[in-house]
Amino acid sequence: MYTSLKDLLRLTKEQNAPLWQIMLDNECALAGCTPDEIWNKLRDRYAVMKKSATKALTVSLPTAGNLISGITAPQYAYSLQNGTICGNFINYAMALALSGSEVNASMGKVCAAPTAGACGILPAVLLAMAKEFNYEEDDILKALLTASGIGAVVVKNATVAGAEGGCQAECGVAAAMAAAAAVQLKGGTPQQAVTACCLVFMNVMGLICDPVAGLVQVPCAQRNASQTINALLCADLALAGMQCIIDPDDVIEAMYKVGKMLPVQLRETALGGIAATHSSKKIQEEIFSNS
Amino acid sequence: MDVSLFDVIGPIMIGPSSSHTAGAARLGRVARTIIDAPFNHVSFGLHGSFGQTYQGHGTDRALLAGVLGLAEDDERLADAFSLAKKANLTYSFEEIELDGVHENSVKMVFTLTDGSTRCIVGSSLGGGRILITSIDGFPTEFTAQSSTLVIRQPDVPGIISDITAILALNSINIAVMKVSRNAKGGEACCIIETDSPLTANLVAQLKALPKLLQVQAINL
Repeated sequence: MYTSLKDLLRLTKEQNAPLWQIMLDNECALAGCTPDEIWNKLRDRYAVMKKSATKALTVSLPTAGNLISGITAPQYAYSLQNGTICGNFINYAMALALSGSEVNASMGKVCAAPTAGACGILPAVLLAMAKEFNYEEDDILKALLTASGIGAVVVKNATVAGAEGGCQAECGVAAAMAAAAAVQLKGGTPQQAVTACCLVFMNVMGLICDPVAGLVQVPCAQRNASQTINALLCADLALAGMQCIIDPDDVIEAMYKVGKMLPVQLRETALGGIAATHSSKKIQEEIFSNS
Repeated sequence: MDVSLFDVIGPIMIGPSSSHTAGAARLGRVARTIIDAPFNHVSFGLHGSFGQTYQGHGTDRALLAGVLGLAEDDERLADAFSLAKKANLTYSFEEIELDGVHENSVKMVFTLTDGSTRCIVGSSLGGGRILITSIDGFPTEFTAQSSTLVIRQPDVPGIISDITAILALNSINIAVMKVSRNAKGGEACCIIETDSPLTANLVAQLKALPKLLQVQAINL
């Protein structure tokens, strides 16, 4: 039985099992079903993720007000060039994340992870890693399982709602989940996976939710891209041996407390931050006077 | 851990918002299942955040798609306006104020082809989860996450025992049950959430009970 990251680490030691195995056993008991049924559900979700992460790479999709229509294709084209600052892998990962956001805003099909607004991040990390390092789908599904289990701990102890915790609770949690998945894929230890989560939260602590015109587009799409990279870099930091000197469950609690301290204007109400700028208000007026 | 992995990655849905799009589609679809009769107009009263932001989040198209029977992961959801036109379904959206309900709530008034009207009120709770809070003025509180029976009956002794006897004969365990009535000896509404799916055969057995006015099964 576990409700925290510490519990999870203890169980992996006691049972000499990977994180995904502990989480799989728990889900089987919780849902009263077989491992195969869980794998099938994970496969279905990964199939949706693959489509949403790639659908907008080469086409522009219409979105309300068209605030992010066509933002993905140029990023994908750029990712194929040589000589970019961050290189092909990072630029491709960002393109995948943007695609998820563009598909979501266009009323296309996505898998919330943990929310629809943050749905680009986990698929981007999984697909970019799969392409770069040639993982089998079974390995990706195990990584998806671990990511989901980490997300469940956050749901249990904190929040994944932007209206409650700001963007750190949506894109931040998605990145923490994705970082754990990336560490596992690279053969890191459960401790390194948990450390990567903590580092993600430290890097995203306090990020507000301030959507222009109240739409899940700007700066949501850009933050899907940046938090994808946060996940990847924290996975590398943890794999390189960086420790987190703060208790991992305390880090989650800190994120939750910061979310509660955020004024309501900075929690998905479109009344503060980028959403409250003069230009944002102008965009909002233009969109809703035409509809 | 009592939080399912699939509450974290999921639902599979049409964007952009699990509460304003996926939840809205589900509300519409559950309402359609409860009505269970041909209708040609639906007026949607949108409360709170639903009323403020429905256009940008496609809440209007999602609700309409739902009452047309589309699931929240159906990619035709974005085409709901043209689908409604094809189905000769007319509709209207207006901002309204409801008392004591969640921020994302909708009042759906269906006009049936026989001219009568029926009214369902529900809320979208986030993550695609919903709550039906009223059926034709009867207060309810169910999520449709487990199979649910919606039964209308006259408020007379013995009916509940007839209903539960049929459930027992079919080895169906009741998880939650709620009965309300509009007046003593008037009409009652009985909501039964069960641990197993409700078959057409079971519904037929319930409908064969002489006194029941309506029986609908929701298996989503």
